[in-house]
Amino acid sequence: MTQPNITLISFGYFGKHFLEKIAEAVKLEYKYSVIIKESHLDLSEFFDPGRRQYNGNKLLHAVNTLSMPQTLKTVGMFSVDLFIPILTYIFGQAELNGHSGIASLYRLSNERYGIAPDDKLLLERFTKEVIHELGHTFGLIHCMTPDCVMRSGTYVEDIDQKDQHLCHNCRRQLDAADKAW
Amino acid sequence: MARKISILVVDDEESVRDSLSNWFIEDGYQVDCAENAKKALQLIESSHFDIILADIKMPGMDGLEMLRRIKSLRNDSIVIVMTAFASVNTAVMALKDGAFDYVTKPFDPDDLSHLIRNASKQILLAQENETLKNKVISLDNVEDLIGNSQAMKEVLKQVESVAQSNSSVIITGESGTGKELIARAIHANSSRKYYPLVSVHCGALTESLLESELFGHEKGAFTGAMYNRKGRFEMADSGTIFLDEIATISPKMQIELLRVLETKSFVRVGGNKETSSDFRVICATNRDLKSMVEQGTFREDLYYRLNVVNINVPPLRERVEDIPLLVDYFIKKYCTTMNKPLITIDDAAMQRLGEYPFPGNIRELENMIERAIVIGNGKKITLKDLPFGKDMIDNSIESLDDFEKTFIRQILNKYSWNITRTAKALKVDRVTLYNKIKKYDLKPDE
Repeated sequence: MTQPNITLISFGYFGKHFLEKIAEAVKLEYKYSVIIKESHLDLSEFFDPGRRQYNGNKLLHAVNTLSMPQTLKTVGMFSVDLFIPILTYIFGQAELNGHSGIASLYRLSNERYGIAPDDKLLLERFTKEVIHELGHTFGLIHCMTPDCVMRSGTYVEDIDQKDQHLCHNCRRQLDAADKAW
Repeated sequence: MARKISILVVDDEESVRDSLSNWFIEDGYQVDCAENAKKALQLIESSHFDIILADIKMPGMDGLEMLRRIKSLRNDSIVIVMTAFASVNTAVMALKDGAFDYVTKPFDPDDLSHLIRNASKQILLAQENETLKNKVISLDNVEDLIGNSQAMKEVLKQVESVAQSNSSVIITGESGTGKELIARAIHANSSRKYYPLVSVHCGALTESLLESELFGHEKGAFTGAMYNRKGRFEMADSGTIFLDEIATISPKMQIELLRVLETKSFVRVGGNKETSSDFRVICATNRDLKSMVEQGTFREDLYYRLNVVNINVPPLRERVEDIPLLVDYFIKKYCTTMNKPLITIDDAAMQRLGEYPFPGNIRELENMIERAIVIGNGKKITLKDLPFGKDMIDNSIESLDDFEKTFIRQILNKYSWNITRTAKALKVDRVTLYNKIKKYDLKPDE
């Protein structure tokens, strides 16, 4: 019988090495095998011309429908600007205690803020974002511990402040949830 | 552990409700949603929300009208108004009507986080303020426990030793001896001191009112129950409940109370959900509960459940050495309250106070001093400023017979039990006076 795994689905171009590094970090954090997949969606269906952004709620729903039976959790990875109706932008979002999450590179690159590109920093930020959204799918809420990956971040600087690991408390909650599952 | 802040999101757009609700849940808040003002007001009537985030433009009742209604229902909830179309006029109107803030959709995620964090801070500060206020009131009341007599020292020693435990306490003593102050002192010195001390005067309420007061009620439980209401047991969660005049409760309420004390859970009147509360119970009575148990008017099991520790507050006549201290204290208290210069009391008046039996105990003494300050010459309290029972309302008197008994005893004491002089003063014949003495079982040593 196939072991449950975490699937990372890329939509759009992502470097192979970049994806492997993320998969490695996710595996280390959640102790499940990680599968990388590539998929395609007609993103024009998710585009909001008024806001010139992509609807995160609809994309999350679409990612959810792509999940495979043996997949424990799925994260859709995008490089477009995401929004939800009430917020001007989001870095990503997930179903709390659910199955799927999404994350986007769009607002994580230095170039977006007029700073010199830094691929290493971009990888770090995106890895943290993917691990953060996966945390929500495992039932974890935002954490107040300053360096915990589950700390809420609304600016890239907030993401840079935190680590890519779960704090002791979040780890304990995750382990408890894992046992229950 | 700090309690979760509760948020109500009111918006006619489902996507907005879902987005906000998911965002807040991920932040650890407790969230409810309503699609219109009517539904929101129903939820607000039945549950308390710390923060209400409401859209201004909704079909039916708009956000501003809803804001006014919320403020009339729950003034302690913080309301944040949202709109898709910013307009200075509506913003000003919302803020004038009591909104905490006014935001334009869509929000910047950071602005939303800040807004909710600031609102939460305000809620926690208000709660802290309330707790500190209660603490100050409690401490103030502990200072009211005046007494240097051996009897009072014994009581204070008992208060100190019982405060740290969680045991039920019955405070006994005549009316006006300061039983409620003892309860406050126990609470203020216990680990529950940062939580409420909730007082219920059982004797002042009918059975059905007492039931609803203690257990709370659901909307529509009875005529006039327009809203859900928390009961005193619920309010006393983590704190102490003080049940004054416990001997007056009906047999039905005695059974209910016993059950609550055993399970620490109850159901609101008209409700079906069991609610739990962690409270400590302190009772007071001026009656002899033990003989009530023997007579079958007070349940024995309830008596033993309540009477884990008994503190008996001595009547003032048994601690006459405390009278000068109490007189000083009440003079300072009422001169300060009435904005008058501090006055003194002359020796004759003080001596008379020391001889007076004070059937109404400290309450009677306090009334006497207050009255003397009001009607006196503003320099010194003299004998003529003290009525000694003639004009005072004695709180221990509950019937005409009580009044007659007290009055006859006072006149007998005044004439050193000389029957002829007392009968003359009372304008009755000696036989009538003898009959009254027999009827009320009056004795010279009383």
